[in-house]
Parts: sequence; structure tokens; C-alpha cells
Amino acid sequence: MKARIKVTLKNGVLDPQGKAIAHSLDQLGMSGIDDVRQGKYFEVDLSETDRTKAQATLDEVCRKLLANTVIENYTIELDGDA
Amino acid sequence: MKSAVIVFPGSNRERDMLYALEQITGTKPQTVWHAETSLPDVDLIALPGGFSYGDYLRSGAIAARSPIIAALKAAADKGTRILGVCNGFQVLTETGILPGALMRNAGLKFVCKTVRLEIANANTDFTRAYKQGEIIDCPVSHHDGNFFIQEDGLTRLEGEGQVAVRYAEGTNPNGSLNDIAGITNAAGNVLGMMPHPENLIEDLNGGTAGRRLFESVVEAIA
Amino acid sequence: MSNAVEITPELIAEHGLKPDEYARILELTGRVPTITELGIYSAMWNEHCSYKSSKKWLRTLPTKGERVLVGPGENAGVVDIGDGDVVVFKMESHNHPSYISPVQGAATGVGGILRDVFTMGARPIAALNALRFGAPDHEKTRHIVSGVVEGVGSYGNSFGVPTVGGEVNFDPSYNGNCLVNAFAAGLAKADGIFLSEAKGVGLPIVYLGSKTGRDGIHGATMASAEFDDDSEEKRPTVQIGDPFAEKLLLEACLELMKTGAVIAIQDMGAAGLTCSAVEMGAKGNLGVELNLDMVPCREEGMTAYEMMLSESQERMLMVLDPSKQAEAEAVFEKWDLSFAVVGKTTDDLRFRVFRHGEEMANLPIKELGDEAPEYDRPSIPTPNRTPIATHDVPAPKDIGATLIDMIGSHQLSSRRWVWEQYDQLIQGNTKQGPGGDAAVVRVDGNEKKGLTFAVDVTPRYCVADPIEGGKQAVAECWRNLTATGSLPLAATDNLNFGNPEKPDIMGQLVGCIEGIGEACLALDFPIVSGNVSLYNETNGEGILPTPAIGGVGLLEDINKSMSISFKQAGEAIIVIGKTEGHLGCSTYLRDVLGRNEGTPPTVDLAAEKAHGAFVRDAIQAGRLTATHDVSDGGLLVALAKMAIAGQIGAHITPNADVPLQGWAFGEDQARYIVTLPAQAADAFLADAKAAGVPASQIGQTAQGDLKLEGSAPISLASLTQAYEGWFPTYMAAPDINE
Repeated sequence: MKARIKVTLKNGVLDPQGKAIAHSLDQLGMSGIDDVRQGKYFEVDLSETDRTKAQATLDEVCRKLLANTVIENYTIELDGDA
Repeated sequence: MKSAVIVFPGSNRERDMLYALEQITGTKPQTVWHAETSLPDVDLIALPGGFSYGDYLRSGAIAARSPIIAALKAAADKGTRILGVCNGFQVLTETGILPGALMRNAGLKFVCKTVRLEIANANTDFTRAYKQGEIIDCPVSHHDGNFFIQEDGLTRLEGEGQVAVRYAEGTNPNGSLNDIAGITNAAGNVLGMMPHPENLIEDLNGGTAGRRLFESVVEAIA
Repeated sequence: MSNAVEITPELIAEHGLKPDEYARILELTGRVPTITELGIYSAMWNEHCSYKSSKKWLRTLPTKGERVLVGPGENAGVVDIGDGDVVVFKMESHNHPSYISPVQGAATGVGGILRDVFTMGARPIAALNALRFGAPDHEKTRHIVSGVVEGVGSYGNSFGVPTVGGEVNFDPSYNGNCLVNAFAAGLAKADGIFLSEAKGVGLPIVYLGSKTGRDGIHGATMASAEFDDDSEEKRPTVQIGDPFAEKLLLEACLELMKTGAVIAIQDMGAAGLTCSAVEMGAKGNLGVELNLDMVPCREEGMTAYEMMLSESQERMLMVLDPSKQAEAEAVFEKWDLSFAVVGKTTDDLRFRVFRHGEEMANLPIKELGDEAPEYDRPSIPTPNRTPIATHDVPAPKDIGATLIDMIGSHQLSSRRWVWEQYDQLIQGNTKQGPGGDAAVVRVDGNEKKGLTFAVDVTPRYCVADPIEGGKQAVAECWRNLTATGSLPLAATDNLNFGNPEKPDIMGQLVGCIEGIGEACLALDFPIVSGNVSLYNETNGEGILPTPAIGGVGLLEDINKSMSISFKQAGEAIIVIGKTEGHLGCSTYLRDVLGRNEGTPPTVDLAAEKAHGAFVRDAIQAGRLTATHDVSDGGLLVALAKMAIAGQIGAHITPNADVPLQGWAFGEDQARYIVTLPAQAADAFLADAKAAGVPASQIGQTAQGDLKLEGSAPISLASLTQAYEGWFPTYMAAPDINE
């Protein structure tokens, strides 16, 4: 089973990289961009076929390593999710 | 004083730390490889600077999941003095031994320069050889030193005197909240800091103010 | 790509091989080569690996000396520094990749030179660089500066070597070809040096380090091609650096070398597996057989052609003592790096490559390696320019304002913005980092000894007069080392030029090498390693000839080293060397007056040697308090830098015998400014006279501003602001290329 994980900064945590990108877009003359937040994206291959179990495993993967929950949130999307 | 330095793949200031500890304590520290599961019986455990695992996921994140970390947590709980400098500080926050997180510098660039460092709490095991409010020149050298913590956590740190060192006004090199350069845990036996006292121990370094940080621990142990 | 590809003239041309070279390939192979073989030839015979245009001239350089243990031809030069210690160093270019992908190009340049040093068994202790960028107002410059500095910093910082110095310059000739020359030095024990020459038949050849991917295929060929406007399409050939893997490789290699398992070792740089395997075999008069099925790969389905030309980073090839194989494997397992036996040495002098049991290449190894083609390309000497007299150059209306403009210009301003992105302190041995004449680094584990490092060249001199320019590059580097109090030991050269197939460019190369050789011989400063980068041209426009010289000096007592800053008010300021006011090719003439004219200053090597020896002795005797060499911008710029560094001013009386503009901004060579306690000045001047060294007191240090007799005071605060301001202001300006 394949899964996609997104790790993003929590609201209220300053994102200097996102800010720099937004600033650069503004200077490129790309109007209408109010804000940019940078995050991380992971593609994961699992041998698990049970969706509930896969979800639980990935939740642990995120909490234990992929995200630092002091500053980051994560979302997990399993294959077949809309 | 007996000490040990934990080395992770990608640590790169371990030799600086080993040298400083030997120079100041007169005893050669032990080196502990990250894959080990127990720590020697020592008075101080140091986590050196560097780019453990290339800092590839987040600074210190992968090192904080090393086999040795369980023993490190046990040592912290037991009250053993632990010093994390730069990447070592990042590892300590990633393990949860210290609160908060160290994010990318606000200027987005690696910064290596001398800053003015204020001793914000001279009543810790790591700072007692300094005067309260004393300002020293000290080098920093990092990419991710921007200390962040949620508001309640910050209030607690400030309220409990856990902010040990602060960038003096106008010299904050990375955008850290409240100019925080180093913090202790609530019990006061663990210090994490971004600046490099181990690179400030002899005249060749342009100053020796960093020695007193180590001497504080020697005194605290005695 | 299978080996069945038809070899067409187009394919041959795409591989950068000329018709006469292909004819020689047919002769050597005795048949039409396979595509894998064609790739191997193109990699080995291109300029970057074979030095075919420059070899004839490089042979004329002095490379031997009492302290030289290993000269050019190995991964790096080795020089004895006493107590059983040696310094291992080299400088190498990564120009083309850095233009195409600044961050990765520069990073892998640093990675490559560090690998060259630790391949020899040395732990890297210092990195420097010479960076040259296009005009500041060119649309790409800011983007390239930002990326190159980030790349240099990120690699060295993560690897853990202090970056302690270098040069950053701008000139429109680099608009389409930036230069990234990376220097590294390491420390080893004299009896712990490892070479690349294979020894013994039937011994295992081992692959170490990171896995092989499709990175940089034909990077070496790219480094020997001119650019055109489509160059940005070549982006995929740039390799990605992994400093973390390199740090592990360093520790693993040094640990492995201690076991005695290593017979020969060579890093995989340009044209990775091909170059390293051929060099090891050819040097040892042995054949090499590789089984590519054993090569650790990162990607699936790689062909022999791709594997032989891949430039994946952080890899090494080694001839192993088979009795120690298990021990060696354990070391690499500990560091989580690939270790695979991929071939063996043979006695047939053939280079044979197998993939899936099929022989993909079978070539004569000597002809590929040390008997690669060599050219004696036609060259035309650079025509002599007309000298320009000092009094024909107008004096500035306001000397203070001119000085502030100059010191706040892109050429002469502080590079702090650059070096604050480099870890200058790691390893704890840096006494003096960037910003001085030379970097000063303690010899690790030694109480007193220090090493000094400097990188120099003045391309505007080289283009006007290659011979004098070549001499000057060596002399300035030697002078910078001397100004810290050290004895210059040896040098490495990084020769960056345009297209050598053009006789005038070839003339520049030949002239510069002649000047370098002459100066190195006179100053007892042999060249022990080096690198040549040719074809630095875009749309037919070549760069200024840029033969960068990296030098290493030795301080017996690091506590006596000198810095450039004024130390206290009231000290005597003395100039060593003659001030005649030479303004041809000067910064003042070119950048202030916009006149690219005249001849560069003549380098009197006997005077350089005598003045340097006098200054060095004075430093070692503890007589001086500050020293600075006089170079770009002349005397007044040098004084301003000393004042800014110490935040102490001076009262100066210009020499009325020389027109003020010449006295202030002339770039006569063989000069130093020194300070010493006022009461010691007379004795010092008398000693200089006795030694036949021109010396004169021009004033004294003073609190406050920089005051020239007869002119309005120049504010130290304004000077400082101008000096520190240019770079951050320039880099903060909006950049549409980010």
C-alpha cells in the first residue's frame, strides 16, 4: 500500500522559508499570493494491506520521527483516499 | 571530573568538545558511539555540535532516535549533568529532554560569528562561575538556531529561570524567541545552548570565557 | 544503452573527440570502439583529465624542494613540516558545474578537494577558495554569488572543516563563466601517506562510499567545453553532494588506513570509476579488470557506459590487501557505507570492463592513462602594452571621498557577508580566519606550530602581461604568508583560462606559467599540486587569465603571528619597499577612472625575497605589532584596512616626491606596512638600511580618524561603514532569479 504524508508547521509558528518564498513571488510580480507556508512531503510504501493498521502504523511513524509535534502537524493520505 | 561525549554519524565538533573537556578537567573524556545502549558512569555527558545524519529530516531528529538515547534519558532523570551544544542542543529538544524546538535561522543562512552573550541565570550548575547579567563574547556557528516554543512553555521557561544564556541586545543571530541562546531543564541538570563555549577556551580562540562554563560543572560536582 | 550502438561521426563529436584523436583510438583499439570504450576515451582524453594542452608547460614548473615529499601527479602535494608531520594540500576548480547549478556545483567542488586530501591519509584542517563572479550589475551575478557561497559553506560546514580564507572578485569577463577554485589542506604523519599507484597482481579492487547513480554523466566532458546560450539545458549533468556521506567516508578511510589494509587508494572525481581505475593501474604498470555487476547502484538498469562515466560523489576505489578484507569490511559496515570488491589487478596492461558477463571494453591502459595525447598548441605572446606615467593619471579631486568610494566598492569591500556563512572555527585551531593577509591555523596536537594559508592572483595584471601577472600572483601569495610571520613552504596552482585552441589564449597560459615558474624558483616556493581549467568561454569570449596560487607557510611559534589591525595609538607606521606610484593596471586607474590601460607593476623577485625575509625576521624577533601587505588599491587602501580592523586611526604624511595619486593608490610590489612602538622606530629603520631594504616612516597611529597631511580628515566611521556596507547591501537587493 502506498501513502502520502504531509508535514506542515503549526499555525502561529514562524516560517522564515515560506516568508522568503512569498516575498520572492511578490518581487516576481505574481500578485494575489497572500501567504506561503513551506512543508515536507513523504511517499511511503507499506507492506501492510489493512487500512486501519496502516493508518495506525503511519500515525506512529509521524509522531516518532517524521514530524516534530512541538512545531509541526501532519496529515496521512492512504491510497484510495479521496 | 569524569565525562563522556556521545558521537553520532555526522557529529563534527566532537573533537573540539573532547579537547576542551580534557584541557579543563584534566581527565580524558570517554567517547560513546550512538549505537551503544549504555552510558559509562560519569559526571557530565556532552552532546557535541555537528550535522548528525546530515540534519536531513530536521536538525538532530534522527540522532534523537538513536539506541543510546534511552540511556541518555535515564541519565537525565537521574540528575546526571548533560550539556548539548549546537547540534547537541537540537538533539536534546528532539528527544524531549529539553522543551521547544530549533528552527531555521530567521535570515535563512548559516551564521558563524561572535555574538554578545548574557548570562541570564548564573545560578545553574553550568553558569555559576559567571556573574548574573555578565556579558561575554562567544562564537555561534549554525544554520538552525532559531529557538521556538509555544507561549505557555515560554512563560514557564522564563518564570522558572530556565533561560540560562541569552543573546545580548542587538546580537540575536537567528531570530530566537526572547533572544534565547540556551536553556536548562526544570531540574537544572541539563543545559542546551547554540553558542560554542568549547571553541572559547584558550588565547588562540581570541578569549577564554567559555572555560568557566565547564569549570562551573566541575565546581557543581565537587 | 547496449554496446551495439553505431559509432557515428556525430557521436564522436558529441564526446568531444577530434578526428585525429579518433584516428588514434582506431589505431590503439585495432577496431571500431564500442560505445562504452568511446565514453572511456572521451573521459580520459579530455582536457580535464589528461591536461593535454597544458602538460608540456606544466613540466617547466619547479616542483621539488627540501621539504617536498610528494609533488604533482598525486591526489595532492605533500610537504614536510617537521616533527614527523606533513601538510597535504591542493586546489581544484569546479567552474562549469557551479555556473550551471551554483549551490551543488560549488558544494561538490569543495567535496572533491576534501576527498583529494583525505585520500592521501590526511585529516582536512583548512579550506579556502578563490571565487570569481561576473559584473555585479549582470543579471545572473547575485544569484550565482548567493548559490556558490551557500554551496561552499554548506559542504564544508557539515563536513566539519574550517573555511578560513579566500578571495572573492567581480569582473564582466566572468559573466558567463564564474570561477570556483577550492583549496583544502590536511595533516598527516610522514609515514602515513597513501598513494594511488596500484601494486601487486591479482589483488582485489574495492569500491567504497556512496552508491552509483546517473549523476554528472559526462561532467568531465562538460568541464572541457565552451558554453553557449543553451548551456542551461545541460543542468542534469550536475552532481549532488552529500557532505554527511563524505564525513562518514573520511572517518571510515582514516580508520581503514590504520589497519594496513590499503595498498593504493584513489578518489572518484571527474569521470569517476573510469579515471580512478585507469590511473591506479597505469601508474602501477598493471592492468585492471572490473566487473560492473558488483558495483553498488542507486538506480536500476544502469548500463556499463553510464556506470563508467557516472560522477556520483563521495566514492573511492582502493587496492586491498586480501588478508585484511574482513577487517576492512567491518570498518565500512560500522560507518554504513558501501564496500564491494568490483575487480582485480592484472598483469596484461589492459583495462577490461564486464557487465552481465559480457566484455564491454578492452583497452590498453597505459595509452588511456599516462600516455594520453599531448598537444603543443600554437601560441601567440600577448602584445606589450604602452606604459602609463604616474603624472599622466589625474589626481582625485577629494582623496578622502575617493578612498571611501574605493573601499566601499565591489572590488575592495569587506567579504564578511560571505565568510560569516562559513564555519571558520571548527576544530578549535583557527587563530586567524578570513579578512587578514593569510589564515593562521594551529597544527593540531602541537603546542606551538602553526600553518598559514593564502590564495591570490590579480587577473587584470595577467591579461595585460601574462609573465609579470604570473610572477605577481606567486609573489602576492608568498607576501601574504610572510606578512603573518610564516615561512612560505610550497604552493598549488589552479590555472583558469579560455579556449587553448586560440593562439592568443594559449599565449596567456604559456606566459603565466613562465612567470609562475620564475617566481616560484626565485622565492623557493615549489608547486606541489595543481589543476588546469580551460575553455572558460561563453560565445567566444574568454575569461581574464586567472592562475590562482594557493600557498602554505609554517610558523614555528604561532604565538608570534601577526595580524593587520592597528593595535594602539601612538605607534610608528613604516612602509617597507619602494613607493614609486605605479598606476598602470591599478584599481584606481581601472575602477575609479574607468581606464583599462598601462602595464602592471614589475615584480622584482630579489626585492620580494629580501623585503620578505626582513619583515619575517622582525616578526619572529617580536619587534612588530601589525603587518599588512600592500596590493590592490595601494598604500592608502592598505592603511584604511588596518585602521578599520583595529578601529584606530592614523596621522600620515605622504611622500611629496611622488604625485599624491601615485603615492596613495600606486600598486608597486614588494611592499608591506608595519607598525611598532614609536621608540623602536629608529633602530628598526637603521636595521633596514643596513640590510639594504628600503623603509620609511610615513606616520603614526592615532585615536580618531585617518588624517593625511594636507587633506581633510577621513572619518573612520565612514570608512568602516563603506567597507562593511557594500556586500550586504548588494545581496539584499531584489533578485528575480532566486
